[in-house]
Amino acid sequence: MVETKPRKLRIATTSLAGCFGCHMSFLDIDERLFDLVELVEFDRSPITDIKHCGRCDVGIIEGGVCNAENVHVLREFRVNCKILIAIGACALNGGLPAQRNHLDLRDCLQEVYATEASLSSGGIPNDPELPLPLDKVHPLHEVVKIDYFLPGCPPSGDAIWRFVNDLLAGRTPRLPHELMHYD
Amino acid sequence: MTFDLETAANPQGLRRVAIDPVSRVEGHGKVTLLLDADDRVHQVRLHIVEFRGFEKFIQGRPYWEVPVMVQRLCGICPVSHHLAASKAMDQIVGARKVTPTADKIRRLMHFGQILQSHALHFFHLCSPDLLFGFDSDVAKRNIVGVAQAHPDIAKRGVLLRKYGQEVIRMTAGKRVHGTGSVPGGVNKSLAESERAALLKDVYQMIAWSRDAVRLVKELFEKNLAFYEAFGRFRANSLCLVRGDGAMDLYHGGLRARDADGKTLFDHVEYSTYWDYLLEDVKPWSYMKFPFLRSLGPDEGWYRVGPLARVAGCDFIPTPLADRERQDFLAYDGGNAAGATLGYHWARMIEMLHAAEGIKDLLHDDDITGSELMTRGERAGRGIGMIEAPRGTLIHHYRVNEDDQVVRANLIVSTTHNNQAMNEAIRQVARQYLDGKKLTEGLLNHIEVAIRCFDPCLSCATHALGRMPLAVELVDADGRVVDELARGGDE
Ligand code: SF4
Repeated sequence: MVETKPRKLRIATTSLAGCFGCHMSFLDIDERLFDLVELVEFDRSPITDIKHCGRCDVGIIEGGVCNAENVHVLREFRVNCKILIAIGACALNGGLPAQRNHLDLRDCLQEVYATEASLSSGGIPNDPELPLPLDKVHPLHEVVKIDYFLPGCPPSGDAIWRFVNDLLAGRTPRLPHELMHYD
Repeated sequence: MTFDLETAANPQGLRRVAIDPVSRVEGHGKVTLLLDADDRVHQVRLHIVEFRGFEKFIQGRPYWEVPVMVQRLCGICPVSHHLAASKAMDQIVGARKVTPTADKIRRLMHFGQILQSHALHFFHLCSPDLLFGFDSDVAKRNIVGVAQAHPDIAKRGVLLRKYGQEVIRMTAGKRVHGTGSVPGGVNKSLAESERAALLKDVYQMIAWSRDAVRLVKELFEKNLAFYEAFGRFRANSLCLVRGDGAMDLYHGGLRARDADGKTLFDHVEYSTYWDYLLEDVKPWSYMKFPFLRSLGPDEGWYRVGPLARVAGCDFIPTPLADRERQDFLAYDGGNAAGATLGYHWARMIEMLHAAEGIKDLLHDDDITGSELMTRGERAGRGIGMIEAPRGTLIHHYRVNEDDQVVRANLIVSTTHNNQAMNEAIRQVARQYLDGKKLTEGLLNHIEVAIRCFDPCLSCATHALGRMPLAVELVDADGRVVDELARGGDE
């Protein structure tokens, strides 16, 4: 009898308004990465050159939503991923980038690019290639439905490993106390 | 002022092609090209598309929070920000010289980060291009593909990175966003058990790092003309060096050289950096464009990072890395050292230096010492500079009597490389894309050039920097009638 290998699950990951620390923590599973790729394949992700998310089983998103393009990418992930996971403080509640929410965006931009002395030097960048910044930084669940939330800044490699393994095994992911962190 | 291929003369009617997002780099960026009906390239730009404004919302926070907070600029090189901020805050708390234990623990942490960041960048992100070819199959052109085709190389990459991350964890408390360094020193030294655990593997890491240098060298040997010509451009360079001219990634004075290697300034105390550096803003990127004040925006842009450092220092203070450095600089009459892909070679030499540096520090008893903190007379201003994995990083703060940050200025490595990266991709566009039907593989050539710099677009997004801004008043005939610069430390 020929043994048929089960189909590999397809995973997409992206960073929106995050720092890539959550992706780094993902890579902190270290050599377990080689076990993982026996079971999954990667779609769009910062480690591949696939630029748009296709049909996927799992989507993992770090970072909140800070501009129009983030909204677009997040929606693309939601449409294409059966399960969508928000990973890290930024995705869950906006994180540090959301500290700008109590400030006026125009003031921020003005201060950085166009204080009085900088008269002729460009001013605030406004090229159509630059996506419109949103007034506030939003957590993911304010924009689309999220299936799982994995807290931490970032969650540890072990926590991510445990979480993904539960998912792959068809269990509801549960983190033991020592793997639950908010820092 | 604009550079060749920066702005199309007549953008109407040109076709836009975007590489969005630039992948296998850290952070968010995109490239746009404008082409005419004959596929001639008229405009090439690397855009940084997000705005965060860290410097603004950090205002009002207590100074002691800053070294931990600013790490969230970047998850790949959090230690750089952690340490640059700590060095700045040392000055605020009057720690003019931290204890030997604090100094060495921080250096150890920093070497850990150089090792992990360089390993990640080379093996996880770039090796697919170099091992499979720039226009190889997209489906395989990633670390998973490398793991299948060259399991040994992939495994070493993963374990080198892991080792660096473990050094960080043991010195900083966590692998990503630790808390080990504080204003005035560190909050922990190494336990003997930790020291023993790290010592166990360090010789393996040195050997593998040396193999990695050789691997890049072989890649050059196999395809020398192409590797040397790819995205090549002439540029000034900037880095920190130690008082005796040695490479020092943790502390030093600023050295700038021109494209021929002539020294423009040397051993400049970085606390007056704004006398030497200025910056420009362009409407199409949130990332600014720095340049050397003495040369102006047309001629004064420069590159930073491994290539600038390895070529810019007089020697590397660890023997194996220094031997590789000499070999690199002499290779093919010095031509490899001016190549854009030479960044990879230089980066692996630095990784070797980091592994050797870790070994030396692990043999130094100060790392288990208990004198952790220094305090002195309070100051209102602190400036910290460090050579991050990607280049010179500047943190500059003002703190009031209530311990609140009132002003912050962060100029990150990638921003220094802004013009250099744009030059590299314009050169690649001229060399390989101009007049051709664009394919995915050809477009990847552009990304390969960007990856050489290991840009940290996340840093560049978060921190916008505020060097003195140069303003030129130009009259109708294009003559400069007035020049003015906003100070860097009002
Ligand atoms: S949660 Fe923390 S580690 Fe993750 S992206 Fe946000 S700041 Fe970075």
